[in-house]
Amino acid sequence: MTTLEHPGNPLRAKPTFLGRLHEWVATADHKKLGVMYVTSGLIFFLIGGLEATMMRWQLAVPDSTLLSPSDFNRLFTMHGTTMVFLVGMPILLGVANYFVPLQIGARDLAFPRLNAFGFWLFLFGGLLLYFSYFGAQGLYGMGSAPDVGWFAYAPLTERTYSRGHSTDYWILGLLVSSFGSIATGINLITTILTMRCPGMTLMKMPMLVWLMLIDAILIMIAMPPLAAAQVMLLFDRLMGAHFFDVQAGGSAILWQNLFWFFGHPEVYILILPAFAYVSEIIPVFSRKVIFGYPLMVAATVSIGFISLGVWVHHLFALGLSPMVNTIFMGSTMLIAIPTGIKMFNWVGTMVGGKIRFDTPMLFATGFLALFLIGGLTGIMLAVVPFDWQVSDSYFVVGHFHYVLFGGLVFSIFAAIYYWFPKVTGRMLNETMGKWQFWLLFIGFNLTFGPMHVSGMLGMPRRIYTYHADRGWELWNMLSSIGVLVQIAAIAFFTWNVIHSLMKGRKAGPDPWDAWTLEWQTSSPPPEYNFEDTPKVYSRRPLWDIKHPEDPDWKYE
Amino acid sequence: MHRRISAIFQSAPLRWIAPVLLISLALADPGAFAAAPICEDGAALSPTMFAPSSKPAELILEISWLVWAVCGLIFLIMEGLIIWCIFKYRRAKDDHTEAPQIYGSNPIELAWTVVPTLIVFVLFLVTARTIFEIEKTSPPEGSLEITVVGHQWWWEFDYPEYGFVTANELHVPLTRNGKPVPIYLTLESNDVIHSFWVPQLGGKTDVVPNHVNHLWLEPTMTGTYVGQCAEYCGTQHANMLITAVVHPEEEFDEWVALQKTPAVHDESVSVGRDLFQKTACINCHTIRGTVANGSFAPDLTHLMSRSVIGAGVVSNTPDNLMTWVFDPQILKPGCRMPSMKLDEQGVKDIVRYLLTLK
Repeated sequence: MTTLEHPGNPLRAKPTFLGRLHEWVATADHKKLGVMYVTSGLIFFLIGGLEATMMRWQLAVPDSTLLSPSDFNRLFTMHGTTMVFLVGMPILLGVANYFVPLQIGARDLAFPRLNAFGFWLFLFGGLLLYFSYFGAQGLYGMGSAPDVGWFAYAPLTERTYSRGHSTDYWILGLLVSSFGSIATGINLITTILTMRCPGMTLMKMPMLVWLMLIDAILIMIAMPPLAAAQVMLLFDRLMGAHFFDVQAGGSAILWQNLFWFFGHPEVYILILPAFAYVSEIIPVFSRKVIFGYPLMVAATVSIGFISLGVWVHHLFALGLSPMVNTIFMGSTMLIAIPTGIKMFNWVGTMVGGKIRFDTPMLFATGFLALFLIGGLTGIMLAVVPFDWQVSDSYFVVGHFHYVLFGGLVFSIFAAIYYWFPKVTGRMLNETMGKWQFWLLFIGFNLTFGPMHVSGMLGMPRRIYTYHADRGWELWNMLSSIGVLVQIAAIAFFTWNVIHSLMKGRKAGPDPWDAWTLEWQTSSPPPEYNFEDTPKVYSRRPLWDIKHPEDPDWKYE
Repeated sequence: MHRRISAIFQSAPLRWIAPVLLISLALADPGAFAAAPICEDGAALSPTMFAPSSKPAELILEISWLVWAVCGLIFLIMEGLIIWCIFKYRRAKDDHTEAPQIYGSNPIELAWTVVPTLIVFVLFLVTARTIFEIEKTSPPEGSLEITVVGHQWWWEFDYPEYGFVTANELHVPLTRNGKPVPIYLTLESNDVIHSFWVPQLGGKTDVVPNHVNHLWLEPTMTGTYVGQCAEYCGTQHANMLITAVVHPEEEFDEWVALQKTPAVHDESVSVGRDLFQKTACINCHTIRGTVANGSFAPDLTHLMSRSVIGAGVVSNTPDNLMTWVFDPQILKPGCRMPSMKLDEQGVKDIVRYLLTLK
């Protein structure tokens, strides 16, 4: 395999700035769109992180007056909304965009222009949301960014309680962006179901493709209820409807149900890609085939199913009947079983391996260690009486950051270190990568570990300040110090990316000696991906090529 | 304090884990947990779920120890496995061969499907019992019923049995006629969703407009317990604090007798009273026995019997009252009470009047 440079159009041998801009803006290439998705996701990640930093600064000491209450409330609203919709979603869609076609040996997604449309919807939705800082002032200067929380519980979002236009920006920004996600979800499903290369049956798909298939199905099922709820809210706010207007007989509980019918599957929409990345990385760096592939697939599918029936565990304190609470406790605990299977199978893959701890594997191992904690506190929260104490407290903040930061973000970094060479043709620096990992690991635990304690000591979420007599000072101070360590880690990462883009070691097509199809083509891959359509005989086509004496298809 | 900790040991089904947790918590934050804050009568200044003083809170803590034990054990096993793998299966430096390929094992995979299923099943059954025990849909026999109304950003406590309304401080008796008395709260909201949470007395229950909720508390020890709104409800969500006082029987009866009386009429503060009644104050506040009968803001009939103002934002001192009456936005930015633009003398007169409302 030779390393092909971008062949492109010879007339564009030395593209001008405008030429290059046109090339990116008008592209329908899944790889370029993937890169734009991930890049914008990472930029929003820095913005969301900055917002979190300001909140931790405020909460470091009791009775702090650094931020005004409304500024603080805007920050946590924007932080949550950004991290879920403008960081998690685009990065997972971006990685899927880039690697699903490559892993199934396809030329592009099924609908390339729909794909481009989806990306631009996401990006402008995000920009619209942030424009609220300037545009939501309205006639009387009432409002800035939304301050209703990312969950936007009615009736706080009704016109009576949220004047100005900030909530309208929140609705419209997310509405636009979630239509992009739905489009891309449909695109991914179609691609995976119809465009696999010869020989790749469903049970020969790489784990990433399986997980993204289930993920895309969840996107398609979960996003529309949110869009519907947002349209209803928009009717309330702009046209005087009364869906959630309690003063006119509307229902506050309806919003919570609609929101979490989206919101809980959303958590799995965000975490399945994390599973996908580590399911690719752990086998390659353990030099072992993934343990129990069929059971992994079964666990994935059942997580997808069960995740649609657990949303009421966000409403345990809402005063629903004991029977409803018990039933949803059951379904929530049920999901621990397939998730547990996945944990065991990943560890089972490592057992007996010859593990190479390069940066991607460090982050993947970090994912295992931290996601485990998030999963276990998740089981604890499913226990309704315990939830009555700690729901809406800092315990929950700790819990879901172990899931979404320790889980998702660590796996995203694993994925970036793993696939950066494929996308750019250059390796990321290992030394800086290791610095980043250890700083992030320490800083992360320092920030989010103590939150479990402050939550059990009675500290609720979303408070902009607290009195000094409540015994929360130490825990909050520790959390805030942890943020500084994390900032150092992110600085290493940023520098590493910039530095390696220019001066990184050349990667070659297959730097990790991996087994899936994307490593068969050059780095970066040509616009057409593969010169000939690949033909596969097993789940690890490159293993078969590298080990003709002992191919996988003999055992599968 | 010693009483509390030993009580935890007795009630917890898994005694062995309690000392570990208590010691680590105490070591990490002695100020907040172990030493000073747990007073004689069982109240901790920190609203911790680990020092329950009420039956539902005790039931919750019991089951919490069980979950902690189960999850803690799984945590140790799994993290142990991961760490073991890291050290045991790290590739030797110059080993470039592949590991033996193991595709899976049905018996092993069956085992780690079945065992978690059993654990989950047991946990489910145990917890279901506690849910039905705590979540009472009708008032237990002989209970004292109180209606709690959430407002942006303060609490209204309505005692229909005695016919008075008060704010921000919930007072309940430990016993009635010498017998423990269950407290049955009816939770209603005047505006947006709030959540009533005093961790030492019980779990939280949301306070939802257009939807009536109930919460059962049954204090087992006298004392003052703190808590606060636990559902984001707008700008001043952070300062929607609750003080709950559990009184011995006689003390509670005295408190009730006081609250039932109309406001003290003191001639020496008639200037302040007149000013109060001529200003918009009376549109929102009630002072029983006067023309003030607003219901949008806290009842001030016995303002001086309360220890805090602004739903706990500051303590109830003459100085703080002055600042509050001058401009509440200084102490609680965003709160619903506007500044009445009174001059200095006016503020003084009104505060002098308020100070008589014992």
